[in-house]
Amino acid sequence: MTQEQTAVFSARALEKIYDMGEVQVQALRGVDLDLFASEFTVLLGPSGSGKSTLLNILGGLDRATRGTVRYLDRDLSQATERELTEYRRHYVGFVFQFYNLIPSLTARENVAVVTEIARAPMKPEEALALVGLSDRLDHFPSQLSGGQQQRVAIARAVAKNPAVLLCDEPTGALDSETGILVLEALDKINRELGTTTAVITHNSDIAMMADRVVHLSDGHIVSTERNSSKKRPRELHW
Amino acid sequence: MAFSSLDRKGLRDLWGMKGQAGAIALVLASGVATFAMSVSTLDTLKVSQADFYRGFAFADVFAQLKRAPESVALRIAEIPGVDRLETRVMAAATLDLPDYEYPVSGQIVSMPERLNRLYLRRGREPDPTRDNEVLLHEAFAIAHGFQPGDSLAAIINGRWRRLRVVGIALSPEFIYQLAPGAQIPDFKSFGILWMPRKPLATAYDVDGAFNSLSLTLAADARADDVIANLDDLLARYGGLGAFSREDQISHRFLAEEFKQLENMATMFPLIFLGVAAFLLNVVVGRLVATQREQVAILKAFGYSNAAVVLHYIKMIVVVVVAGSALGIALGMWLGQGLSAMYVEFYRFPRLIYHLRPEVGVIAVVISAAAAVAGTVFSVARAAALPPAEAMQPAKPPKYRRSVIELLGLGRRLAQPTRMIIRNIERRPVKSLLSVVGISFACAILVLGGFFRDSFDFMIDVQFRVSQLEDLSVTLVDATSAHALYSLASMDGVQHVEPYRSVPARLRFEHRTYRTAVQGMMPGGRLRRLLDAELRPIDLPTEGVILTDHLAGLLGIHPGDMLTVEVLEGNRPVRQVPVAGVVSEWVGVSAYMQLPALNRMMREGRAISGAHMAADEDRQLGLFAELKRIPRVAGASVRMKSLRDFYEIMARQVLVFALVNTLMAGTIAVGIVYNSARISLSERARELASLRVLGLTRGEISYILLGELALLTVVSLPLGCAIGAGLSQLMIEGLQTDLYRVPLVISPWTYSFSATVVCVAAFFSALLVRRKLDHLDLVAVLKTKE
Ligand SMILES: Nc1ncnc2c1ncn2[C@@H]1O[C@H](COP(=O)(O)OP(=O)(O)OP(=O)(O)O)[C@@H](O)[C@H]1O
Ligand SMILES: [Mg+2]
Repeated sequence: MTQEQTAVFSARALEKIYDMGEVQVQALRGVDLDLFASEFTVLLGPSGSGKSTLLNILGGLDRATRGTVRYLDRDLSQATERELTEYRRHYVGFVFQFYNLIPSLTARENVAVVTEIARAPMKPEEALALVGLSDRLDHFPSQLSGGQQQRVAIARAVAKNPAVLLCDEPTGALDSETGILVLEALDKINRELGTTTAVITHNSDIAMMADRVVHLSDGHIVSTERNSSKKRPRELHW
Repeated sequence: MAFSSLDRKGLRDLWGMKGQAGAIALVLASGVATFAMSVSTLDTLKVSQADFYRGFAFADVFAQLKRAPESVALRIAEIPGVDRLETRVMAAATLDLPDYEYPVSGQIVSMPERLNRLYLRRGREPDPTRDNEVLLHEAFAIAHGFQPGDSLAAIINGRWRRLRVVGIALSPEFIYQLAPGAQIPDFKSFGILWMPRKPLATAYDVDGAFNSLSLTLAADARADDVIANLDDLLARYGGLGAFSREDQISHRFLAEEFKQLENMATMFPLIFLGVAAFLLNVVVGRLVATQREQVAILKAFGYSNAAVVLHYIKMIVVVVVAGSALGIALGMWLGQGLSAMYVEFYRFPRLIYHLRPEVGVIAVVISAAAAVAGTVFSVARAAALPPAEAMQPAKPPKYRRSVIELLGLGRRLAQPTRMIIRNIERRPVKSLLSVVGISFACAILVLGGFFRDSFDFMIDVQFRVSQLEDLSVTLVDATSAHALYSLASMDGVQHVEPYRSVPARLRFEHRTYRTAVQGMMPGGRLRRLLDAELRPIDLPTEGVILTDHLAGLLGIHPGDMLTVEVLEGNRPVRQVPVAGVVSEWVGVSAYMQLPALNRMMREGRAISGAHMAADEDRQLGLFAELKRIPRVAGASVRMKSLRDFYEIMARQVLVFALVNTLMAGTIAVGIVYNSARISLSERARELASLRVLGLTRGEISYILLGELALLTVVSLPLGCAIGAGLSQLMIEGLQTDLYRVPLVISPWTYSFSATVVCVAAFFSALLVRRKLDHLDLVAVLKTKE
């Protein structure tokens, strides 16, 4: 990685305070972070350290209380509701820890919900093939296993050919075999499409497939390290 | 049309909650149906009336007189403003029907040629060369089962004649067949007959002359001017005062009933539709609120708020359109049925069913607006949250110890009961909306039932406290009071009370009203005026007492001088002080003491007829005897008319009330069911967790359904109060010349309404309980949260 690489995201002095009336929870306490184009970043940290909060702010799902976040030349911290919607629609793919599929739509339709409003999407079938689900196109979420549901969620996230892919514990609910299938899908997309990818996990083994690993604790970034040699998901064990 | 995935999601979601969506559609359908039914019934009657008037040349001005030679017609035709004119002969008769002992009177009208033409329903027109062929009015013919070919007898001018029925007819002049001076129709004891003019005139001794006429006005003519000229011209011939359509008995009663129907047809269904719309708003709002996570997901993908709102609006519009379509179809069906029922009162050649398109549009717009407002509000609230937050399960709500517990009563309550109370206290707005929803469901049931209560009460007071005679006798002309003695001496007569009835136009300042001044015996026992507390009051020795409604119409107050323009005899005009007003519910009358009225008329002790009390078992004999007394023009039986009237009224008003009750019931069930179902989906997870922790089905059902029960119980008294308020609002619109309905709501109506709501709640609870029993613990808990 060279210094000239463009920062896709840059967060400065990011703070997030959840105001709960009597108590205030400070989820982020001044985070500075850059994510570079085509980079695969893993966010590690104990529960409650602010990983999801950070990712949600980067993805335009939530707003910081203080500080700035930029996506290329957009200032997300100043963006209007409409601009955030437009940003999410065209640039961001999300994979949530709990899949969040729409229960009344089939796998194909869950993907189509996103491709129908995207600018240059893949076909839903293509996206599902990418995650190895060509034979489950017309199944409803309730007819799929957890890992399959998560792969539908990934297909849904990548189908629009997003510029960035943000994944919150994509393997958290999966056994290692299925987890590896999911990670392979992410790795493939990162390599083949050059999609900037950030993945939250509790599993430090997964960190070995990243270009860069960011450690969070108690709302701070405590360290950032660069992997000299990335492993392929197949080589991981946990 | 290509469906987007989102549309497909909407349709599937709708299907997934088809029970609730169906209930909402039914609520709407009920509101829309009531509206479409009422408005289309009224329109149908009006259009059918107009069609009849136009096609059969209903006249504009009418006049009765003693007798005028036919040549006078030429002079009348020259009155400026008169377009077409037709003279005729009208004869009062006593009818003698085979197998019917009660007294029957009739009015025989000469066959019309140009104006007020007849629609021949069956049979043929009478042969003008025969002197015994008649047509019968359909209402009368049906009441007695007359067919062409049957015969009946009539006493015309004191002579008994046999008549042959050759046909059944209708006339725009007698759409509402009502005996002169009658307050309620009685198709059995009064009938209109038509006969060729020549034989009728001969029988009635008006050959070559006429005693009645009708005319139409030229386009620019003023009815009042023509009437004034006509009155002048006819004064010499015993004119009884010409009058326009507005005072024509059938037209006026129709107009009054239409006015009332119009109030019923607009206020009632609008209240209904309004309530349905409000409830819809609440229910839809809550329903959409349960979709909060899906809203967040869609937003996370980059769907705009507008797109998400539109998605839910589309879903709700499907329900609204389905509900409205069903409602309009149902309303048309009911409207046709109801119009057909009104035809028992109003006789038209044909009913032209008429549903204005805008009725459908208004209904759909009102319901769609309510539903869409509820949707937009809820979706907007869900969409206002940042998706990251909305996607999380709603924050565990903050619970406090409830007021009841803080008061120290908590210790007595079991844990589940405490959960119910805390839950209600934690979400006061939601609980309040539930209470308001259930209350309104109860309230429209009260509204559906009060009309019958009020009507019952009104009839009861009128005929059991105010008018107590067993029968009434009308004499041919104002007669010397001597006639009383022969009446009183008849076998079985207990008590006779004479009355005098003087047709008059009452005038105060520029306002007039055509009615009759009733002369009553002071201290009479059969006819009594009542005060507001229903106590009999005494007539003053001088002056006139007016029905409060009439006083209102004339804008006159006690102490003012009323101008009485008498419309019979030599038509004197007199000034009489108004001595007071009485609140009467039926009719529009003016009352004086009989002697005072005689003095005003400068006549001796003249009477128009008498009210009589008679032994129950002698009454039939009395009628037979009365028929043979020459001066008796007719006799009527109070209880008999009342019963007959009730029969028709029962079918009409009660069917209307029944339909409303059914609709209100549907709304109540729909609302209660939805409230319960939504509570279930809002709390399924919490309840499933409790089951996992070891609570029994009964216990979790108690937590959910106990809350529903508690809210329902609180809603009932509130609903009854709201229902009474809406009824009060409604009743203001029901005040007509025919009758003013007092607001009476019987305990039965209250308890019925409450019962319907309770039954609805019970069955909803059963359905919810079944769902609770099948709560899938694993599925609920294995997904997120
Ligand atoms: N909506 C919220 N309201 C209040 N506090 C919140 C909210 N969301 C998160 N927090 C708090 O912010 C802090 C950071 O939460 P966050 O979800 O970012 O943690 P995380 O690192 O993703 O943890 P985990 O690994 O358990 O998912 C936590 O202390 C949490 O309690
Ligand atoms: Mg997290």
